[in-house]
Amino acid sequence: MAERKLMKGNEAIAEAAIRGGCRFYAGYPITPQNEIPEYMSWRLPQVGGRFIQAESEISAINMVYGAAGAGARAMTSSSSPGISLKQEGISYICGAELPCVIINMVRSGPGLGGIQPAQSDYFQTVKGGGHGDYRMLVYSPCSVQECVDLLYDAYDKAEEYRLPVMILGDGMLGQIMEAVTLPEMKDAASFAKKPWAADGTGVGEGRRIINSLYIVPDELEAMNRKLQKVYDRMCENEVMCENYRTDDAEIVITAYGTVARIAKSAVDVLREQGIKAGLLRPITLYPFPKEYFESVMSSPTVKDIVAVELSMGQYVEDVRLAAAGRKKVSFYGRSGGNVMSPEDIVEYVLKEVK
Amino acid sequence: MATVFKKPSFLTDVPFHYCPGCTHGIAHRLVAEALEEIGAKGHCVGVAPVGCAVFAYNYFNCDMQEAAHGRAPAVATGIKLVDPDNIVFSYQGDGDLASIGMAEIVHAATRGVNITVIFINNAIYGMTGGQMAPTTLLGQKATTCPDGRSVEINGYPIRMCEMLATLDGPSYIARCSLADVKNVKQAKKAVLKAFRNQKEGKGFSFVELLSTCPTNWHLSPVQALEYVKNQMTEQYPLGVFREV
Repeated sequence: MAERKLMKGNEAIAEAAIRGGCRFYAGYPITPQNEIPEYMSWRLPQVGGRFIQAESEISAINMVYGAAGAGARAMTSSSSPGISLKQEGISYICGAELPCVIINMVRSGPGLGGIQPAQSDYFQTVKGGGHGDYRMLVYSPCSVQECVDLLYDAYDKAEEYRLPVMILGDGMLGQIMEAVTLPEMKDAASFAKKPWAADGTGVGEGRRIINSLYIVPDELEAMNRKLQKVYDRMCENEVMCENYRTDDAEIVITAYGTVARIAKSAVDVLREQGIKAGLLRPITLYPFPKEYFESVMSSPTVKDIVAVELSMGQYVEDVRLAAAGRKKVSFYGRSGGNVMSPEDIVEYVLKEVK
Repeated sequence: MATVFKKPSFLTDVPFHYCPGCTHGIAHRLVAEALEEIGAKGHCVGVAPVGCAVFAYNYFNCDMQEAAHGRAPAVATGIKLVDPDNIVFSYQGDGDLASIGMAEIVHAATRGVNITVIFINNAIYGMTGGQMAPTTLLGQKATTCPDGRSVEINGYPIRMCEMLATLDGPSYIARCSLADVKNVKQAKKAVLKAFRNQKEGKGFSFVELLSTCPTNWHLSPVQALEYVKNQMTEQYPLGVFREV
């Protein structure tokens, strides 16, 4: 049965993952995502799952590799410095075509940085933080309910494409409490079979090897071509993006995650002042919603694009690629854990764009 | 005619890639025999390391996972927790286990996770061409300590069995040598016990096997065995360090 509850973002993420089939979690403490492992530690055993606190983020992602390779719906979560440590494992997981779910509640960097909200892991997440040619399916929810909805189906997507699904959030999304509707527990019997999983039963011709080592160049190139086809298919089918008041917009603000929520309020304020503003909000950061951007960039009505993000300018690079010189793209970013208010965005638009 | 000796069913027909005089082949066989003897067929997952045994997944006739360098105990932990009825083992060299993977092995051991770890100590990085390992003996030459390992620059070799035996988690820790028939037979008993322990649910079991690397030691296979028997065994005494 679906149920309505007031929940903290991190806890809702954990519960939604479990209802979506998660039965293995390994993680290591780091702010601002600690409620996820804490919740998992008591909740997973209730549904016959296993929780383990690893000795490091490196170990946690490799436990996920083992569990996912053995066929379990496995998950880890962390925040920026910890996600940096997981990159080697993420690359191996992609190379071995293992489905799993990874949560990054981004904090500001570089280095130890701070614990406040940031979006400065955009490059790391969508351009490949680890080595090699790989991609992940990356979601950036902007509300606790959207976290729940995306998490609930995340394993189905991860298993369809056999790659990690990463949720990019931040401390604001993890710590905020909102009313959410939780869907009912998915029935494991409905999950796709995994003939590739090294579940222990393989012998002789039937044995399974979870591996990313291809020592013969032609074999590795063939593997990379195969992976690319998977990513192409994902780009065709998995793009998610929200248009808000863009139909007649002259100024299109674009932002993702919690910043998009702030930008939405800014759009409303600008509209009240008679300025035709709209918002383009990618929900998938990879695949990048190219067609949505294309319709904005080729629109004769749109005069200005404003990319707003919590970094010194990462997401804006992809926005400029999409613009391809056709529109002026302004950038408004805050950093270090500072979060802009709707008024800040309005002020920027009035001063710098209008 | 009665068959008196055969290849264990837990080894595939793929020929080993190991150098002449290397003892990985013996160690593989001991593991395969033990798996067969405890009846692990159809419920077994092995974890291969990065190092000379990186292709171990080609040789063991069971489901296998290839781990990132040093992470085999973490991967094995994940596999074991998903299905505790599986016999799960990692097979790791000294660079993999005692250097880059030190945290993973120590925490798997202290957690007492019910897996079996086979640790091949040949005191050198073999696959990459003979660099100094954490277990390289004092004075032993390697490509990154061409004048021999010195305390001033490199510190001392690590004794893994003694270190892990200080923990409360492990159920069995032993060091054996593959230098001659008598020792190989002793090693077989230890490997079998380490797997039997897992089957009986006793928890983390660890067997270190003193091994050769004639190629990178620049010794003949016979000289290499002598080196294990004398110098290595002196630095790494054989025996059982923990048994619960």
